[in-house]
Amino acid sequence: MPVALLKYGLGDDFPFEDHADLPGPTALRDHYDVVIIGGGGHGVATAYYLAKYHGITNVAVLEKAYLGGGNTARNTAVIRSNYLTPEGVAFYSASVKLYEQLSNEFDFNIMYSQRGQLTLAHTDATVRAFRQRAEVNKHFGGRTELIDRQAIAELVPCLNLDPAELPVLAGLWHRDGATARHDAVAWGYARGATQRGVELHQLTEVTDIASDSGRVTGVVTNRGTVHCGCVVQAVAGHSAPLAKKAGIDLPLVAYPLQAMVTLPVKPFLNPLVSSSALHCYVQQTSRGEIVIGGGSDPYPLYQSRASLPLKESLIASAVDMFPFLSEMRLLRQWAGITDMTTDYSPIMGLSPLENYYLDAGWGTWGFKATPICGQTMAQLVASGGQVPELIQPFALDRFDRFQQVNEMGATAASH
Amino acid sequence: MKIMHCPLNGPRNISEFTYGGQVHTMPDPKTCDDPSWARYVFYEDNDIGIVREWWQHTPSSYWFIAERHNGSDDILRTYDPGELFTDRVDFQTPGGES
Repeated sequence: MPVALLKYGLGDDFPFEDHADLPGPTALRDHYDVVIIGGGGHGVATAYYLAKYHGITNVAVLEKAYLGGGNTARNTAVIRSNYLTPEGVAFYSASVKLYEQLSNEFDFNIMYSQRGQLTLAHTDATVRAFRQRAEVNKHFGGRTELIDRQAIAELVPCLNLDPAELPVLAGLWHRDGATARHDAVAWGYARGATQRGVELHQLTEVTDIASDSGRVTGVVTNRGTVHCGCVVQAVAGHSAPLAKKAGIDLPLVAYPLQAMVTLPVKPFLNPLVSSSALHCYVQQTSRGEIVIGGGSDPYPLYQSRASLPLKESLIASAVDMFPFLSEMRLLRQWAGITDMTTDYSPIMGLSPLENYYLDAGWGTWGFKATPICGQTMAQLVASGGQVPELIQPFALDRFDRFQQVNEMGATAASH
Repeated sequence: MKIMHCPLNGPRNISEFTYGGQVHTMPDPKTCDDPSWARYVFYEDNDIGIVREWWQHTPSSYWFIAERHNGSDDILRTYDPGELFTDRVDFQTPGGES
């Protein structure tokens, strides 16, 4: 054993504490200008942009468990902007652009890897939808094109082009598609925010929300009551039950979404491959693991347990696409709770309470939007409620106006 | 496989069933305003606890009602909708006959 290690083992001064990425826990103060409920990617990103670009640092991020331990840790880290509606594409493209330079922004490596994402079409109807998505994407500066079977075979030689009874007809090749280390995104934002004075309080659960004559006055937590100037809620799966504490109903239904990962192998799969008909997507992480994700559970549940039937169907689809996967061993599987809207777009912006801002309804597509959510929610908070143009289409009252932003087709494989 | 008890077909695998949303009272489409119709269409209760839901046994196209805990996934009771809906409702098209 090196002598230095023994010295630190016996002494009190652990050398790395001074250089820790995050400060240690502190007492909860009585008042903050901004309280952000939810210490996942969206919450800490909002705090980061508030502190860095708007000079608002009297901010507390309240997290009931630990930093980035909810859906930030459970997603499959797909970053893409090949959506269908102009509103959706403009929004997610802005997010991809922020992701591209996020490691520089943080001075912290998020292992961003722009390898392209390939979605497979197995029916004529899907080919037509892909053509539309490619054109909408090009219009907004994205790099998306329709490619044929030969080009797909060259791009992913190990892919089975005739899975089950669903031959691949064409593919939507999205060059901007990427992946990144999801934990690093949360940690990068949290580090940048706390360095600028934001307080991150982990193991702090909001149990009630106090309001008076249409305004939020504070939040009650398991560590005491905190008064605040305004509240941002960014909690993913439990969005609707939390908003209920503030007396706000949200048009959400919570479904579990399951995913799994194999043991690591040598790199063989560069792009992220997704099938619209098999409801399955497969990608290889930078560590070599194969991540397999798919559709949501068939009925709502507030529980992140895994179930055998969904695992069976997911593996069956993955093996259809890449037959040799049947030889591989699963390393782990997990589930997250996704708060789904009926139009597969988020709910962002104002709520019926004047100073209570919503970042909810992120269903199965929240990770890819983390930077742009942080940026636009920070603008919303800093301006005292002026909704940025980019998120205006995602207002809660669109449901009352029947003006939904339908991204169901572009989210079919739930990622 | 999780088992659900169908009031018509007995215990079957849960994969044979289709979820059909919570049981809500439908407002009268002729008299209700847009926000209350939006509420009926888009909003569910979202309380974590026992919920009353529509389910269909897919192979036999039989719809019934289940009381299920949406946190533990325990199915407490399933029964024929005739228990709740005793009156026949006839829908009329505008200007048409029922």
